[in-house]
Amino acid sequence: MRTENQKAWFFVLPVLALVAFNALVPMMTVVNYSVQETFGNNQFFWEGLGWFEQILRSDRFQAALGRQFLFTAMILAIEVPLGVIVALSMPRKGFWVPVCLVLMALPMLIPWNVVGSMWNIFTLPKIGLLGYFLNDVLGVNYDMTQQPLSAWITVIVMDVWHWTSLVVLLCYAGLVSIPDAYYQAAKIDGASPWSVFRYIQLPKMKTVLTIAVLLRFMDSFNIYTEPFVLTGGGPGNSTTLLSIDLVKIALGQFDLGPAAAMSLIYFAITLLVSWVFYTLMTKDDAQ
Amino acid sequence: MAQIKLSNLRHSYMPSPTGPEDYALKEIDVTWRDGGAYALLGPSGCGKSTLLNIISGLLTPSEGQILFDDRDVTALPPDQRNIAQVFQFPVIYDTMTVGENLAFPLKNRGVEPAKIKRRVDEIAEMLDVTDMLNTRASGLSPDNKQKISMGRGLVRDDVNAVMFDEPLTVIDPHLKWKLRSKLKELHQKVQATMIYVTHDQTEALTFADEVVVMQDGEVVQIGTPVELFERPQHTFVGHFIGSPGMNVLPCEARGDRAVFEGHEVMLEGPTKGDSGHTDLGIRPEYVGFGDSGIPAHVTKVADIGRHFVVSAMVGNTTLKAVTEHSVPEPGSQVFLQFKPEQSRVYRDGWIATEERAR
Amino acid sequence: MKKRSIIPILYIAFLMLPIYWLVAMSFKTTNEILSGFSLFPQTFTLENYITIFTDPTWYWGYINSITYVTINTVLSICVALPAAYAFSRYRFLGDKQLFFWLLTNRMAPAAVFALPFFQLYSSIHLFDTYLAVALAHTLFNVPLAVWILEGFMRGIPKELDETAYVDGYSFPRFFVTIFLPNIKAGVGVAAFFCFMFSWVEMLLAKTLTAVEAKPIAAVMTRTASSAGYELGLLAAAGTLTIIPGAIVIWFVRNYIARGFAMGRV
Repeated sequence: MRTENQKAWFFVLPVLALVAFNALVPMMTVVNYSVQETFGNNQFFWEGLGWFEQILRSDRFQAALGRQFLFTAMILAIEVPLGVIVALSMPRKGFWVPVCLVLMALPMLIPWNVVGSMWNIFTLPKIGLLGYFLNDVLGVNYDMTQQPLSAWITVIVMDVWHWTSLVVLLCYAGLVSIPDAYYQAAKIDGASPWSVFRYIQLPKMKTVLTIAVLLRFMDSFNIYTEPFVLTGGGPGNSTTLLSIDLVKIALGQFDLGPAAAMSLIYFAITLLVSWVFYTLMTKDDAQ
Repeated sequence: MAQIKLSNLRHSYMPSPTGPEDYALKEIDVTWRDGGAYALLGPSGCGKSTLLNIISGLLTPSEGQILFDDRDVTALPPDQRNIAQVFQFPVIYDTMTVGENLAFPLKNRGVEPAKIKRRVDEIAEMLDVTDMLNTRASGLSPDNKQKISMGRGLVRDDVNAVMFDEPLTVIDPHLKWKLRSKLKELHQKVQATMIYVTHDQTEALTFADEVVVMQDGEVVQIGTPVELFERPQHTFVGHFIGSPGMNVLPCEARGDRAVFEGHEVMLEGPTKGDSGHTDLGIRPEYVGFGDSGIPAHVTKVADIGRHFVVSAMVGNTTLKAVTEHSVPEPGSQVFLQFKPEQSRVYRDGWIATEERAR
Repeated sequence: MKKRSIIPILYIAFLMLPIYWLVAMSFKTTNEILSGFSLFPQTFTLENYITIFTDPTWYWGYINSITYVTINTVLSICVALPAAYAFSRYRFLGDKQLFFWLLTNRMAPAAVFALPFFQLYSSIHLFDTYLAVALAHTLFNVPLAVWILEGFMRGIPKELDETAYVDGYSFPRFFVTIFLPNIKAGVGVAAFFCFMFSWVEMLLAKTLTAVEAKPIAAVMTRTASSAGYELGLLAAAGTLTIIPGAIVIWFVRNYIARGFAMGRV
């Protein structure tokens, strides 16, 4: 077991210094801006919680937050089951395992703006493979730059393409850690494939699945670059997710006060929902 | 319940085995009586787990047949063979309660709920787990988990055999003994054919009516614990069973006598055959001390509780003797006497003396 | 068994399609791209790649990206190693709270930090340097590295440490010559994830650079806007950004499943 030793703090010091520098200083700045009003010239006036109230009441923020939750809910609903299914049907050992793993991990290793550009090129009408196929072969009227629905579907499919592999790899890791004896016992007990999944594979995947859901929640909730490059938040504001809106306000309009207040609300929501998820998913173990 | 017969069984993990060395199992012919308690004993890697998996249907043998009551089941999957198996590491369904775990094999076979309840209660009673029926199985101690996985095998009244694959490996030493007697007791109650795989001779000898000793994918002897001890058919059995194992001493065979380091030793009977390497086999328990006999030099005396193990040199060969009293001093000269009816010659490992008619 | 493998095959096909399209486009001429649809490049050309490798703004983009990613990876691992050791071996005041706080940084939306980072790094005159991006990325990579390494280190029995001290090893010598070789898989996995997240992150990298340390991503955006619609060039640049990731993942392919299995991403 671990022993009590306060000197261990020295080992943690470099990490602490680095992360504190990166997290605390900017966080102070954000808090500072969030309660002040500026009219340029580096003159600041105390504003109190005014910005927070303004943001929380604004239709624009509420709409972006709604879109954000819808987006996250949809990708979780698609990526988690899909990832589990793919992981279950993967071979357990042999030559193809590393090949599968490498190919599946590839989308995660592409810079996020390239992911956006790639899907942009892929879906262009007339020129892109998907755009051409849908419009000219299937006769579907598909144009991401004009139709909000097309844009939404594209953003979702892109995220499924980009991140489902994370769920696959995590679940796969959970699956290979199940000893053969469990499968053999299930065979002898006459368990159906569904029972094997329900009573052996799912319980063993629970930890990794919790992590997968948490990560996918956090990362999809914070997503910025890919949809920004793909749609720029459009058409209109239809795919303007929280991060895109925040950057628009902060760097586009340079409205520091509202942007800072929104940042804090945003961060608080992320933390809160992560915490709720985590508590719900690990509740059983505590009993 | 059924009689289990393995005929001409061979198995190789390679797709196209060429020589006998490619086989994990070479030529197995065994018949297991209905309702018997058997042990499969052998060192790690001797093929005993392979054999077990072939019987339960988890593996299909390369050659040969498995017959349950003369019905060929070689091609049947595990769930149709009505076999129960208990694994080395306890397999339990974590999310279920103890009761649900026990009911699981019956539920999967569509047994009606009233009967399931009756059987589960019966088995729980037998295993002393009635008070845990409603607790989650994941929190149990290893020995209780192992009991539950045993119970899952026993709830079915149609099982042909219950097999145990080194079931006590993860159990604490002081609980091993308890679980082992529980097993023995269960066998008497349910009268199922039980096959117990282990590399531990104590477990095998205390559990089984008959022990199958295996080495390198071959069965070297099948016999009661007494037979294995009293008359090993192979030097391997003599050496593997007993503590310390049988003395295996290079010798020359001459009729009903063996010549060992220049000394003549009376054997239990005349020797068969005339080629191959010959050894004299005698258990330390049957080497005595006397005023005359084979002169030896005592090198070490070990006190192992109830008796002493004396190591002695005869010429250039070391052998061991077990004695309860009259212990010689290390360094002293003694005379060894071999009990003739327990002295045998082994030719290339296999027994070569005939039992003298008594 | 065989029937089941149709699912991974279809899934991988789905993953490969957009990548194929990107690569195919990179070998097409602008004329061909604009003149209509073609599944394979009709007039195979390397021109797009030649442009990239001869234009300093282009290839410096790559060099910049690789430089700050490397600095970040080395830095993250170096500070994470002792911290992970402390978390895996000792209990100390506030250890749990500290660990949790580190992890919350992984949850912070990068967009929240974009503006304050810009101001912070400008004020300490690090704006538009490799170090700025490398330091900024430690915000989410250091917690991650600590998490992964701690998991691997916990798997090493404490007896190893004690034996080494009994044998008269000093702590630094023990750590480098005995401990590190034992967790090299963990270091590999942690470095892989640091590399990956630093390589793919673009919002902060773009915000903190202007000219000198401009990442390849920013160069690509410029192309898309200023030089008209040079899709072929864009595709070639994109294709080239996939390669470093592909190389790195090939090296750790046998550890990925295990790294994930530790449940530490």
